[in-house]
Amino acid sequence: MTKKQDRPSFQPWLRHQEEADCCEPEPLIRARNLSLRYGERVAFEDVSLDVNAGCITALVGPSGCGKTSFLNCINRMTDLFPKVAVTGELELAGINLLDPRLDVIALRRRVGLVFQQPNPFPLSIRRNLELPLREHGMRSRAARTDAIEEALIEVGLWEEVKDRLDTPAMALSGGQQQRLCIARALVLSPEVLLMDEPCSALDPLAGEVIENLIDELRGRVTVLIVTHNLAQAQRLADWAALFWKQGDAGRLVEYGAVQQIFEAPREKLTAAYVRGRSG
Amino acid sequence: MAFSLLPSRWHESPWRWRMIAIPRDAGAHLLIWTAALIVCAAFVAVLYDVVREGGALLSLDFVIQPTADLGRAGGIGPILVSTGMILLVCLLAVLPLGLGCAIWLSEFREDHGVSGRFVRRSLDVLAGLPSIVFGLFGYTFFCQALGLGFSILSGGLTLACMVLPVFIRAVEVALRAVPHELRAASAALGFSKTARIHRFVLPAAVPGVVVGVILGIGRALAETAALLFTSGYVTRMPESFSDSGRALSVHVYELAMNVPGGDAVAYASALVLVIFLIGINMLATALVQHWQRRKGWVTA
Amino acid sequence: MNARGRAALWRDGFVGRRLRGFDVDEFTLSGMRLLAVATSGIAILIVSYLLVGSLPALQAVGATRFLTDRAWHPTQGEFSLVPMLLGTLWVTVGAVFLASPFALASAILGRFFIRGFLARIFRRMLETLAGIPSVVFGLWGLTVLVPRIADFAPPGQSVLAGILVLSLMILPTIALLADSALGAVPEAQLRAGAAAGLSRWAIVRGLALPAARSGIGVGIVLGAGRALGETMAIVMVMGNVVQIPTSVFDPARTLTANIALEMAYASSAHRSALFVSGLVLALLTIVLVWVSDRLGQDYRGEQGAAYGV
Repeated sequence: MTKKQDRPSFQPWLRHQEEADCCEPEPLIRARNLSLRYGERVAFEDVSLDVNAGCITALVGPSGCGKTSFLNCINRMTDLFPKVAVTGELELAGINLLDPRLDVIALRRRVGLVFQQPNPFPLSIRRNLELPLREHGMRSRAARTDAIEEALIEVGLWEEVKDRLDTPAMALSGGQQQRLCIARALVLSPEVLLMDEPCSALDPLAGEVIENLIDELRGRVTVLIVTHNLAQAQRLADWAALFWKQGDAGRLVEYGAVQQIFEAPREKLTAAYVRGRSG
Repeated sequence: MAFSLLPSRWHESPWRWRMIAIPRDAGAHLLIWTAALIVCAAFVAVLYDVVREGGALLSLDFVIQPTADLGRAGGIGPILVSTGMILLVCLLAVLPLGLGCAIWLSEFREDHGVSGRFVRRSLDVLAGLPSIVFGLFGYTFFCQALGLGFSILSGGLTLACMVLPVFIRAVEVALRAVPHELRAASAALGFSKTARIHRFVLPAAVPGVVVGVILGIGRALAETAALLFTSGYVTRMPESFSDSGRALSVHVYELAMNVPGGDAVAYASALVLVIFLIGINMLATALVQHWQRRKGWVTA
Repeated sequence: MNARGRAALWRDGFVGRRLRGFDVDEFTLSGMRLLAVATSGIAILIVSYLLVGSLPALQAVGATRFLTDRAWHPTQGEFSLVPMLLGTLWVTVGAVFLASPFALASAILGRFFIRGFLARIFRRMLETLAGIPSVVFGLWGLTVLVPRIADFAPPGQSVLAGILVLSLMILPTIALLADSALGAVPEAQLRAGAAAGLSRWAIVRGLALPAARSGIGVGIVLGAGRALGETMAIVMVMGNVVQIPTSVFDPARTLTANIALEMAYASSAHRSALFVSGLVLALLTIVLVWVSDRLGQDYRGEQGAAYGV
């Protein structure tokens, strides 16, 4: 183990993780005047924001104000939709993410995404985790087995499924499926984990398990989470960003430490939104 | 005041037809049932005649023996071999072309522009052309221009042209039905597009591809007109793909039309043809169900 | 081993394939594109073969003489396609008119009047009927239908036999397409009709049929296309005499049968004339495809509207 750490690291972002004593504001993702439009429709406009390494950042705001679109920019899922135009600047650890020559495949290895609906592959539990590892070049079967076990332990699924790794993943419950999806993202040891309302399709108990799991990732992985649950954002996040639809486009209204956003908001809109939800 | 169930101005009410409509409804019911029963009767009549006339001659010997006396005697062994070889040629040509085209049409839409619409249009044209036109084309192109002559190769390739649009449409439908979540999940994990298609989209579409193959085989087996001038009429056992060979459907046609006293054998061959088609269909259904169970694919 | 230690196991970190000079996706894309182009190339090849093949006849004889010549004696320089055109027209129109009501009744029955096991059997029957090859129908028509017709109107091989056999062949096509069009009518609409106290037939006639109109239209047009292009069954039961049929009991020849019967020995101008009939057939079916496509667009539009898209 120690030997491996002595090797020269190919992952410059690990520096952030090692130094991240949550939550020193050390920007990992840097967006400047970022805008995204689907054909004629503008999803969000002029978003400038620094996401700090190792922290949990919550994106809150009403539906349709571009939070999910913003997440999709960071691992270039936007490439999958035709007629999407992203303008402005977006950097991850100094790498320009909007560069058309960027290797999106390598990017998506570094930046995982968890969807609102649990969406395991219709394969066995083991294959769900094994396929991404193989795709990204982990040739050794032993190493894959280790990585799978470790990821499943990390999401607390190991004890539940270790005897039925070869049964269909679709047979798991909703909460288990979502944890499997998180494990599937974590098994690639990503630097950033994007989560698009990961608990909203689950029952409250399963949601709480996921929430604890995200809490444990603090300091190791930079988490960006979209949520409509303000209480959750307050409990979980270190930083919060409020998006709001102004005119035809979503905009970033306020961004700051979560305590400041909820207790001493600078913007009226934020105050109203936070108050409206909390009582 | 007399109590009435009807509103006072019933004759103006939009609901009054309800009272009158009952006898008309009965008439409609009667018409529909009669028409559908006539359809059933016709279906039973055709199948009954084929089974009765053909069943009399059908035996294992009939299926494997060589033909004799212009087909009036003997069996249909060489005919079945020729049919199988024609189908093989057809499938070998259709599978790569059709899969590639379907994948391009449904998975690489960002590459389309005008060409996507053009490919679609040409598939529509191919799907609509009468089979005899394919026969005309196959005869002049494969047999004469390419010098393949009356051969199993010409016949199979001509059939491939006919089967392509059917196959491509079935595969495309199957690819479209692959859930979006699967594509999004695999893309988010950083799979290359090639890996996404090969590892997730195609496996999920396998049942659909099999259905496409089955539909294609069905259309190819049933075809006569396109084979008449391409694979020829020779009833000998084919020795290679450049030999001429008579397909089963052509055999039925020849016996019924050009061989006096060939009706009985024609019916027996027709029965074999029908059994093949129904059997292939049942096999496909069973296979698809089996795969779905084994792989744990969930179908909506 | 923690996540960080595991990261060191990656073969090549985050240097992706694109940076290594070979892009798998580009390779796949060009491969698939090539295959797609080859597929449409086949369509172009067929159409251009038809055009090139019919050019000599169109130049030497002229397009109008195919309609104005007195008879079809291609070896003696007479090229009238009128009898064949009329033959095709009669049997296609006849078959569509005969089959459509029966097909529609079958579709309605299968969707709204029977359910469960019986409906499954009925649909399976239609599917089997659709899969029976045309030679089998031709054989049955030749040995069963034609002698019956000959009993009261010799010679038996006639337009009527052609219409009956073709109707049987296109009936399942129309019925299955009408069935799926009826099945695509939103259940909620039908339930709303039932809740309003409409009878079953009123629901079918007033709600389901109008909503499925274009889909049924597509089925009928496609059925007509199948009838138009059918060759073998027609050759077997229609007698194939080149004449303008005056009654349904007369034998007649269709465009498709004409090609099938004369292709084997035709040469020069005669052969080119057959290509002209092939071209006419191709044009007719392309028109039908186009019509069904337009109808299909309405169909999809209606479906979209029904779901509030």
